[in-house]
Amino acid sequence: MRVKRILSAEKQSTNQNEVDLSQITSLIQKYKTKKGNIIPLLQGTQNLYGFVPRKAFLKISEEANIPLNDLYGVATFYAQFRLNPVGKHIVKVCHGTACHVQNATAISIALEEALNIKDGETTPDNLFTLESVACLGCCSLAPVMMIGDDTFGKLSGKSAVNIIKEIKMKENN
Amino acid sequence: MEKTQVLVGLASCGIAAGAGKVYDKILDIRQAEKLDFSVKRTGCIGMCYREPLIEVIDATGSYLYGDVDENKALEIVEKHVKSGEPVKEYIVFTDLFKTEDNEFIEGQVKIALRNCGVIDPEDINEYETRGGYKAISGLVEGKVTPEAVIQNVIDSGIRGRGGGGFPTGTKWKFAYNSKSDVKYIICNADEGDPGAFMDRSVLEGDPHSVLEGMTIAAYAIGASDGVIYCRAEYPLAIKRLNIAIEQSKKKGYLGKNIFGKEGFNFDIYVKEGAGAFVCGEETALMASVEGKRGMPRKRPPFPAVSGLWKQPTNINNVETFANIPSIILNGPQSFNCYGTEKSKGTKVFALTGKIKRGGLVEVPMGITIREVIFKLGGGIQNNKKFKAVQMGGPSGGCIPEFLADTIIDYDSVNATGAIMGSGGMVVMDETTCMVDMARFFLDFTQKESCGKCTFCRIGTKRMLEILTRICEGEGKEGDIEMLEELAVHIKNTSLCGLGQTAPNPVITSLKYFRNEFEAHINNKKCPAGTCKKLLTYTVIADKCTGCTVCAKNCSVNAISGERKQPHFINQDACIKCGVCYNKCKFEAISLT
Repeated sequence: MRVKRILSAEKQSTNQNEVDLSQITSLIQKYKTKKGNIIPLLQGTQNLYGFVPRKAFLKISEEANIPLNDLYGVATFYAQFRLNPVGKHIVKVCHGTACHVQNATAISIALEEALNIKDGETTPDNLFTLESVACLGCCSLAPVMMIGDDTFGKLSGKSAVNIIKEIKMKENN
Repeated sequence: MEKTQVLVGLASCGIAAGAGKVYDKILDIRQAEKLDFSVKRTGCIGMCYREPLIEVIDATGSYLYGDVDENKALEIVEKHVKSGEPVKEYIVFTDLFKTEDNEFIEGQVKIALRNCGVIDPEDINEYETRGGYKAISGLVEGKVTPEAVIQNVIDSGIRGRGGGGFPTGTKWKFAYNSKSDVKYIICNADEGDPGAFMDRSVLEGDPHSVLEGMTIAAYAIGASDGVIYCRAEYPLAIKRLNIAIEQSKKKGYLGKNIFGKEGFNFDIYVKEGAGAFVCGEETALMASVEGKRGMPRKRPPFPAVSGLWKQPTNINNVETFANIPSIILNGPQSFNCYGTEKSKGTKVFALTGKIKRGGLVEVPMGITIREVIFKLGGGIQNNKKFKAVQMGGPSGGCIPEFLADTIIDYDSVNATGAIMGSGGMVVMDETTCMVDMARFFLDFTQKESCGKCTFCRIGTKRMLEILTRICEGEGKEGDIEMLEELAVHIKNTSLCGLGQTAPNPVITSLKYFRNEFEAHINNKKCPAGTCKKLLTYTVIADKCTGCTVCAKNCSVNAISGERKQPHFINQDACIKCGVCYNKCKFEAISLT
């Protein structure tokens, strides 16, 4: 079982509180009366903010009349939902079977060193979040990582770090 | 003379390898030089190890080019398309002469993948020119009874391609027999097995075949609504499915009164999964569609009686649905002429791992594992020794080399302790540690357990802890027995397939590779040389040139030695990080 929770108040960064909740009003209106609406509501919210903010839970619960317990239950069950803010670029390192056999661990270790964060964490400049995921489905290119919608294959620790460096350079310019 | 056609394989893995750039480049050249040839995007051609792939079809035949980049694309257009002279050194397959990759294509029989890599998946007309939607229109126009359709599916002998292997026709019959005004068809596209990508390729390469298969099922069972539950990790598949659904609706192949038949209404929508492996289990999948936590429930009642929103529901896998139109159109014998007595037809496999020619293959049931790996797959990378093949993902097991002549059908594969599964085949060589593999799969199932059943939730955790300890050199006497005991309990006390099969990777590894477990525990050695903490790094004095690179890079100063003299590693200080091994240009560091 995966266990994830909203960070305690003191650990939360300030941008948890800065979200503009009016953005989800139309989303709530759209799904309010539909059955099976919890997952699309949470997915829609996450698409807007990159994560599901605490305040959004409260607003959805109240306006769509869904018990908070159900919302939180679903959000913590599925790997897709994030309860805390993420960086601009989400680096997903594949740890599927084929990638594991081709030493995906080395990629993760190299990236952890280069970004100086652990799996699941975000860099202090909010540029990168490092995640390990199960199978991206590009097994024949193993080991693979995905940044945004771009997939990079046949990596080594070094080439993975170089890709990160390139993105960093672009961001700094 | 027909125009020359250039096809570019633009499935996810092709794009990852750079096929998008190649496609743009070819379009640019055509525009800049005002050339007269057609360029088409297509799905997965299957030869993933040669991506990006482009196929040129001219008056003389078809030529498949592999490992294409922008420069090669330019050369191919220049020489082949413009002057009619194929660039032989880049050709990986053609009907006209033999290439080294011929065996990869020739050993295959394509039914489910019949259109993948041939048609443009975003154009319904191309699907139709290949016989698409003729199966369903034939049924409606010929007023074929639902019973006859189901009988055809039963006669074909097709069994569920998602892994369970339940006869599809029988499943349809159950749903047909349930009386209700509302029935559902669900397509399970939550391909969660790590190391498998068959369904993704079908959805990206030929989405209409899945839609048609579902519509045929709806016709047979009397369903009015369809759901495709697709992983959110497959954005391209979702995009192409939605395009395909729109196109079908426009043509009247989905919607109300399909093909003019009064009262034959069927609509499909795509539901994005949210990342939970257990949702591949059918009752969990339905809970997830209903917007709940995807937890499995007890059966009976089976989905055919009470499924989605408590209505009769039929759930099949992507590959199963993709086979259906061909079975209906060409008759059951076109399918059951392949295969063994109890497993008919063909099966798609994703061939990955330490194999020379990794990719997507569709082979007739009854072929041996050895043929797939050595004939189609070309053997092991770097000519290393073949050790085992993992089939069935986290629910399956590792089949050792000495069982490689096992034929591929549901029952023979089950007899080895692995399962057919959805079709992942991960090939391992002598450098893959079987204890580490067992640990890897337990790590996966442990995370993906929904937590409902105690033994699955806590038992897998305990098994993982033991395996991790063994990999780190802290295995104790009694560990193997404890693993075996836990495995039995988890199997017996779990509600769904995830828990019931979670111990399989450990059980098969213990069955065939017990000596590796014992070596880890008793001798603190990893025979495959994978488990880092069990390795000893030493300098091979004969090969060491004394270049000092290893000593300079050692973060704990464990390496000493004079310049131009053989160096020495102090084992007490060594933290086994592997930097010296990677940095040495003379292969003078040995791992034992």
